[in-house]
Amino acid sequence: MQLTDVQINRELVRALERLLGRDGVLSSREDLLLYEYDGSVEVARPQCVVFPRSTEDVIGIVRLANQHKTPMVGRGAGTGLSGGALAREGGVLIVFSRMNRILSIDIENRRAVVQPGVVNLELSRTVADARLHFAPDPSSQKACTIGGNVSENAGGPHTLAYGVTTNHVLGMKVVLPTGEVVSMGGTAVDSPGYDLTGLFVGSEGTLALVTEITVKLTPLPEAVKTLLAVFDSVDDATETVVDITGRGITPAACEMLDGWTLRAVEAYVHAGFPLDSAAVLLLEVDGLREAVETQAKNVAEVCGLHHAREVRVARDAAERDLLWKGRKNAFGAVGRLSPTYYVQDGVIPRTKLPATLRRIDEIGKRNGFEIGNIFHAGDGNLHPIILFDARDAAQFKRAVSTADEIIQHCISAGGSITGEHGVGMEKDRLMPLLFSEAELGLMRRVRDAFNPAGLLNPGKIFPSGKGCGETRIRPLPVAGSVAQ
Amino acid sequence: MSAPAKIAGARVADIVGEQNCFFDPSELAEYEVGGMMPGGAARPGSAEEVAELVRMAAADRLAVIPCGARTKLELGLTPERYDLAIDMTRLDRVAAYDPGDLTLGVEAGCELAKLQSVLAEHRQFLPLAVPWFRQTTVGGTIAAGVDTPLRQLFGTARDYILGMEFVTGEGVAAKSGGRVVKNVTGYDLHKLMIGAFGTLGIMTKINFRTFPLPLESRAFVARFDESKGAFELRDRVAESPLAPLTIEIFSPPVSGLFGSDVAARMEPNPYEPGLLSAKHWIFTSGFAGNEGVLSRYERDMTGMAERCGAGGVSVLAQGQIAGAFGRKSEFVPIALESSPATTIVKLSVLPRKMNEILARAGRFADEAGERWAAMARGVGVIYFALLPEARDEDARRRAAKISEEVIAAVAALDGHAMIPWCPREWKGSLPVWGRPRADFPQMHKLKTLFDPSRILAPGRFVGGL
Repeated sequence: MQLTDVQINRELVRALERLLGRDGVLSSREDLLLYEYDGSVEVARPQCVVFPRSTEDVIGIVRLANQHKTPMVGRGAGTGLSGGALAREGGVLIVFSRMNRILSIDIENRRAVVQPGVVNLELSRTVADARLHFAPDPSSQKACTIGGNVSENAGGPHTLAYGVTTNHVLGMKVVLPTGEVVSMGGTAVDSPGYDLTGLFVGSEGTLALVTEITVKLTPLPEAVKTLLAVFDSVDDATETVVDITGRGITPAACEMLDGWTLRAVEAYVHAGFPLDSAAVLLLEVDGLREAVETQAKNVAEVCGLHHAREVRVARDAAERDLLWKGRKNAFGAVGRLSPTYYVQDGVIPRTKLPATLRRIDEIGKRNGFEIGNIFHAGDGNLHPIILFDARDAAQFKRAVSTADEIIQHCISAGGSITGEHGVGMEKDRLMPLLFSEAELGLMRRVRDAFNPAGLLNPGKIFPSGKGCGETRIRPLPVAGSVAQ
Repeated sequence: MSAPAKIAGARVADIVGEQNCFFDPSELAEYEVGGMMPGGAARPGSAEEVAELVRMAAADRLAVIPCGARTKLELGLTPERYDLAIDMTRLDRVAAYDPGDLTLGVEAGCELAKLQSVLAEHRQFLPLAVPWFRQTTVGGTIAAGVDTPLRQLFGTARDYILGMEFVTGEGVAAKSGGRVVKNVTGYDLHKLMIGAFGTLGIMTKINFRTFPLPLESRAFVARFDESKGAFELRDRVAESPLAPLTIEIFSPPVSGLFGSDVAARMEPNPYEPGLLSAKHWIFTSGFAGNEGVLSRYERDMTGMAERCGAGGVSVLAQGQIAGAFGRKSEFVPIALESSPATTIVKLSVLPRKMNEILARAGRFADEAGERWAAMARGVGVIYFALLPEARDEDARRRAAKISEEVIAAVAALDGHAMIPWCPREWKGSLPVWGRPRADFPQMHKLKTLFDPSRILAPGRFVGGL
């Protein structure tokens, strides 16, 4: 007898409820509505949402999903910006918010083992007394989970000096979509064999569901200096970044906000960004006291050479926090100005920053969009923000094609389509711009080797023939929400 | 072990040119791996030629082993089959170097020393101060997964490789990653190639992030009567705000090895005769920075060393560093020259477990009556070298017993251990790759996927992959 979709759904939900208890499963329409979004412009509704509490729960869920031939998608806090944690083809959304325990901390060896639902900042706060932290610091770190960071290989402002998530993950326990549990890596370095941990970090939840993560903890620097350099032209600001990089100065962070963005931020956060400036650089140097003084002086000098109108050094922790609040809440601030915005994540070689920023400005003007820029300048990781009104379908289409034009430019400059947000369901169609059919075929076969039935996070990374925002566009999150 | 398959020489010559292939046994001797000679060797000049060679090999099921300067072909198990050597040394171009971006794309066969001199013109470098530095190629270094003292600060190659081009066992030329410092586009397939001994693919080009050369560096050396003090000093430094470039601890017999031929060809030995003695444990750490930073390191390290019971401390100036640094980075070649049957167990444990595990390893060796010397890196890696007087059955039995005991002790601490170097005829009876990993079935899946005909260095890697 052929079961209908609805019957399958009901049976599966009942089975999941038996496994996890009734409070471990959501399946009513109004509940599911909350899970059809993440931080991107995409929308996709799951058939049900489940909240495992253990690796065993995850195994049970995976087995049931396989029995019912239903897709399954892992999700942390849903702050992702490429639709990675959306159930593009429906199915069971596995939310890890109840697997949020820090399982062990080893201060002496600087290791921690955490469940995937642990919030990024929570881990850093827990080990702060020992003067340690978890170095990857996406702007959403107050909400995003380490499981999500692992899936997306998340970055953040300080990854310029400290590296991205993959540089801080030593091992994992995962549940394969076949229900098999695999442990890889461990607390010690140099495990002989293929670097499975390296392959699985950043695989965007398409190879396995991660249930335990062993991470490195990094010492907090002895001294930190945060500088705000104010410029009257975008070119001067970007040339400064090129010069700082070229001189071999590696700041801990080097972020840029253009005039439009800093005004939006200032109106909301009051971080102290001068409203009449064309761009600011938020620069941080850290390390030993003796090194930081010199580095700060060197950085300020380079800013001066490129006509910085002012270089302000944060006097204390409060001023430093305020400047960073301005940076990290920028997307919330932009949300107050436009019903919808579209953030891109292209990467370019750092020497190409000045020309690329000019090009983005030109592309925006030609297509009739205001494009704001706030980004990890030191890494060449751009986040152009295109403001548009999603209620206007034609405008949305134009916004997407404008973003594509920017991405095409990044590729032609020798860059990439995503620096830290992931491909997800947003940029899958752009993959052929970077990879040949043979290369995509090889990656697909890697996916299929671990995810043979294709039930885990289908419709992600690889071109599916569907367009960006294929379903519909959601209204913006309210101002103050955390995003990259 | 089987005799090499007959290779259609004309086809190889068609691909790489007559002058770039060899079939004469006298010319093939230098491509020997673990006592096996290939039936031929080819020196491709481009990634396309590599792909064509591999496609030919896959069709005829010829086992190929890629190589560079051939300094590390003794690592790993003896291959099951070996028909064709693919000598990568003609692929030696710096394909792209953007000093302003601190990024680099280099062909796999480029000599590392040559590459570093190109980078040095722009006051940049790669933190790959690996053994056989003067001969080794970039591809060989990455494929063999050897480490360097600089990993203390810079991590391992996986932390600064941005992307790669490689040829799979089906002869498909592919790439992953890119040449920008931040990139999450597609799977990081290149991470699988690092330390994989060419069993998943043949690297043709590797993209790196480069680093500015430090302004000025110095080294701190402290002498201890017992290992405890040296490892305690490591722990104190780790707890402090200091972030040195390198931290190594030498066991007492190491200073004796510095008289080896390899060491004799290096920069002069900077260690004062009294400092490095055959009775003492030595803690040594390099650091860099401006004058203020350098004095801070000297001051803090001296204070910490005294509190840990150091019997003497000394600071090596910039001019003396090369000699000291070379002896750290070339520890393996030095140890290999120091005995006719050097057997090196490489073990990794949590950093705070190093003293305990090394004490046990030393005890196992002492009980068996074997000479040994060890170098520990600050990150939790120990090279434990057994140095038998003779290469005979007694020595083999001792090495087997000691290494089994060490590997079991390491496993009990959730660490890893393997035997990268030992006499080739001992490989069948020593646990070369240590204990099998829990995720071996997944590794096997990848091997089957990348190399379905099992032609890439078959049998050489972990578990006979």
